[in-house]
Amino acid sequence: MPNYRVKKTDYVDQTNRISFKFDGKTYFGFKGDTLASALLSNGIHLVGRSFKYHRPRGIMTCGSEEPNAICQINPGTDLTEPNVRATEIELYEGLEASSQNCWPNVNFDIGGINNFISPFIPAGFYYKTFMWPKSFWKNIYEPLIRKSAGLGKSPTLPDPDLYDHKHIHCDILVIGGGISGIIAAKIAAKSGSNTILIDDKNTLGGSTIFQNNENFKINDEISKDWLFKEIEELKKLKNLTIKTRTSVAAYHSYNYLLAKENLTDHLSKNNKTSNIRQRLWKIRSNKVIIASGAIERPLVFNNNDRPGIILASSVNKYLNFYGVICGENNFVFTNNDSAYETALSLFEKGIQIKIIDIRKKTNSKIVKRVEKLGIDIYWNSTVTNTFGYRKLNSIEIMNLSEDGSNVIGKKIKAKCDCLAVSGGWTPMVHMHTQSGGKLNFRESDQVFLPKELDSEHISVGSCNGDFELDDIIKNTNEKVKSLLNLKETEFEKTYVSCTKELDKRNIWLLPNKITLGKTKSFIDFQNDSTAKDIKLALREGFRSIEHVKRYTTTGMATDQGKLSNMHALGIISETAGVKMGTLGTTTFRPPFTPLTFGAIVGRNVGQFFDITRRTSIHEWHIKNNAKFENVGQWKRPWYYPKENENMHQAVQRESKAARDSAGILDASTLGKIDIQGSDASEFLNRVYTNAWSKLAIGKCRYGLMLNEDGMVYDDGVTTRLGDNHFLMTTTTGGAANVLSKLEDYLQTEWPELDVFLTSVTDQYSTVSICGPNSKKILIKLFPSVNFNDDDFTHMSFKNSTINNINCRIMRISFTGELSYEINIEAKYGKSLWEKCIEAGKDFNITPYGTETMHLLRAEKGFIIVGQDTDGTMTPIDLQMDWIVSKKKYDFIGKRSLYRSDTIREDRKQLVGLLTEDPKEILEEGAQIVSNISKKPVEMLGHVTSSYFSPNLNKSIALAVVRNGKKMKGQKLLVPMENKNINVIVSDSIFLDKENKRLNA
Amino acid sequence: MFIINCPYCGERDQSEFTAGGEAHIERPKQPTELSDDEWAEFLFMRKNIKGVQFERWNHAHGCRKWFNVVRDTTNDKIHAVYKMGEKPSID
Repeated sequence: MPNYRVKKTDYVDQTNRISFKFDGKTYFGFKGDTLASALLSNGIHLVGRSFKYHRPRGIMTCGSEEPNAICQINPGTDLTEPNVRATEIELYEGLEASSQNCWPNVNFDIGGINNFISPFIPAGFYYKTFMWPKSFWKNIYEPLIRKSAGLGKSPTLPDPDLYDHKHIHCDILVIGGGISGIIAAKIAAKSGSNTILIDDKNTLGGSTIFQNNENFKINDEISKDWLFKEIEELKKLKNLTIKTRTSVAAYHSYNYLLAKENLTDHLSKNNKTSNIRQRLWKIRSNKVIIASGAIERPLVFNNNDRPGIILASSVNKYLNFYGVICGENNFVFTNNDSAYETALSLFEKGIQIKIIDIRKKTNSKIVKRVEKLGIDIYWNSTVTNTFGYRKLNSIEIMNLSEDGSNVIGKKIKAKCDCLAVSGGWTPMVHMHTQSGGKLNFRESDQVFLPKELDSEHISVGSCNGDFELDDIIKNTNEKVKSLLNLKETEFEKTYVSCTKELDKRNIWLLPNKITLGKTKSFIDFQNDSTAKDIKLALREGFRSIEHVKRYTTTGMATDQGKLSNMHALGIISETAGVKMGTLGTTTFRPPFTPLTFGAIVGRNVGQFFDITRRTSIHEWHIKNNAKFENVGQWKRPWYYPKENENMHQAVQRESKAARDSAGILDASTLGKIDIQGSDASEFLNRVYTNAWSKLAIGKCRYGLMLNEDGMVYDDGVTTRLGDNHFLMTTTTGGAANVLSKLEDYLQTEWPELDVFLTSVTDQYSTVSICGPNSKKILIKLFPSVNFNDDDFTHMSFKNSTINNINCRIMRISFTGELSYEINIEAKYGKSLWEKCIEAGKDFNITPYGTETMHLLRAEKGFIIVGQDTDGTMTPIDLQMDWIVSKKKYDFIGKRSLYRSDTIREDRKQLVGLLTEDPKEILEEGAQIVSNISKKPVEMLGHVTSSYFSPNLNKSIALAVVRNGKKMKGQKLLVPMENKNINVIVSDSIFLDKENKRLNA
Repeated sequence: MFIINCPYCGERDQSEFTAGGEAHIERPKQPTELSDDEWAEFLFMRKNIKGVQFERWNHAHGCRKWFNVVRDTTNDKIHAVYKMGEKPSID
């Protein structure tokens, strides 16, 4: 097996050999390697297939911008992880990874056929092709697209790892541990600021830490040696926290940032020291210093995507940091000086290297040195084609015309297995723009730079457009000094000697003899969009960068266009004749690199996903086989099946028992608001539609609350406990909103009212007993209370005690039956419930859940706010005119009740529906029509509640129907998938219209 | 995620607060006197400014008090915070 490891470095421990598997084969690397560097050291370039054309792709970068080398970790297991960048995976013993997006394997991939039919799959192919015939969508197109869509495979088992969230505050946060970040962090920490330095790599130092070149010296030391000492000093500073393997994902307003720290991803199974895999830091920093660096640009030319075509700076890092060469016949293809460092490094190791420069000539220090060493430079030239299917083997070079718009002269073909490309540098302005910062465009080297307007954060180093070593140190020092209001720092007299770039030439799309349509000049490598696609989009009329991006999918892959966005902009600018600075950029959205779902949710999984509220009687419900329903955050018993009963059977039994003898319901979840103050009754007058001033102490009243727009908002019974003291009940789901709405009115509209509101929902348990035998049970429980109908009337309450515990007994009814509710301090709820069950044994007292409660109230035509209403129903629509006071001057929503829209007679109104076949049960939500033959069919309304009533022995339903009030007795249709159900509009009260049962 | 300086509790994270829309829209004292259009003006019409806006906020997960905030909707900078019934320190 060939070995491409040619050099010892400080960062890879070549005494510590590690075995790993890639695509099922075992290879070896060393501690300190990434999966990418280890693969390259074994001569493996081909690591995946491209998304659309399934072209062979190799490792292209050495960092988070990697578009090609995205891998599946632990392939074939239930806990596999997709789309992980090989350039970011630190090698550990036993690592298993595989390539993605290929079948049967990366060397022979059936999908590769797409490459040959590519003329037929241009930009917008999906939008254009799958439109017709329409009937093909569901059975042919969709399954086909789903099968070929996506990159990796999702895990099939729940994530076994733990993830943490942690808050942290600091004075200064420095993002990026390259040379400028290190200088900034050192100045900040030494000036006394509590500082955090974050870097996504496992070591600090950025690209300077392997800059081993006589051309770059700081204080007469090679730059890497100088920086190494700085880092050693930095680590000793007390008020500095250094977080490596941590990447900032998002930068929100007010310097609130999210950063993900990898804790165990780089460790082998047996060495995982923490059971927490990743930690999401929630950082609030007084000031932020962004030192996120720059990313090298590729060049856009024909077949620029073959394995072996790598960014020049990455070739340099693989050699000087990992000790690995990417090929034996190397070419550097560049438009700037930075790639000459790569050439020098390779030359010094005695590796074959030549240079192709699109510039006409330049005389900078480093270029002169390269020429002096005798390295061949092809000036004013470009690569016009590349060859080699699974790995680059040769390239074709031509001269550029004077203006760079064409190629001239003879083609030169050269042997080449590694082409190190450099199209200049793109400052990473993601953090700056995420925080709300704007950008300026610098023409000279075509870069967007942070425009700093406030003092919340600054950008330093190459992310601020400083690319020369002396500028970086000088400007970083100046900017940090001014941010911290310092007079002097230790970097004041730092002496830098470095080469300076003199000439620039930028051509976004390099010319070719072949027409563009026949080339494959990739811009976005991960999403396979080419220069041709961008031009096509422009020809088809797209102009905005945001539209071109979405049409061609440029920059929409998991790398978010880190390598591609600038080229797309450049080509649009050149083609459309619009200056780049005025085109603007697409939006930089968080996260900077993909986050795991685990890191996002942290510990909020399983039972901690959402708050669950349980009543104090909950345990009893569980013991008695209750099935639960979620109501807001509450768990409420839904029904209590016996033995083999299904839900329908249980509900029928429970409903019958409640009407025939006695039923018992846990009503503790209803919202309870304690209202006190000398203006309490006036307050109720203003918030409810009916009158409250004359309600006597000891009496209860049902109230309907509207929104200011006149629509029903909530309902419930309120009891007058004293002169200035009321207890309001609300719906279970609406409790919190009602309280906050009432507070709003009290604090902002009626501050003159003397009223205090307190939520007491959790303080009291409520047990509701209904049915003709309920009174007998209550008498057994409270022998001292007079339950005589004349003394204890419907809608009144009494205080009493049970075993010396205070409780309130209210005679109110939501079922239409004789019914009592007992409120008791919550901690006694369960024992009260058990006492009631015991006392009710002789009367077959039957616990019932929400489903039976809904059925019983529907028989009586009582509404449920939120089920029979939906924010568009007035009390008049609900046929509840009786509850709307005509005498009161004002209440919330009153004026809206006679707006031109609310007084329309043909509004949807609440009615009852009876099916022609009494056994037929309508589906809730089903549409109601009158004439099905006239197309389009006019919708009149929908079913809001529907049940089979065991007490009436027929199906009943509530519905909202346009102009329903006037339709009583009329026949309508409920069309279902395979039949039309005939229904008759009826009164909404189905049972005991005379309310006789209340006093049974 | 900005920080709001609650006039009753001090600086707290935005997650403790709920927004309540445009400030200084007083509920008419005599709604019955108003035409449909006048009532609709109060009920529905909001400015939704791009720039400096006067807003109501509620310290819902704190003291439960309502108060006013002057916020620039383009960058979330808060220019002033003041209690209900008070006048803002800036125009």
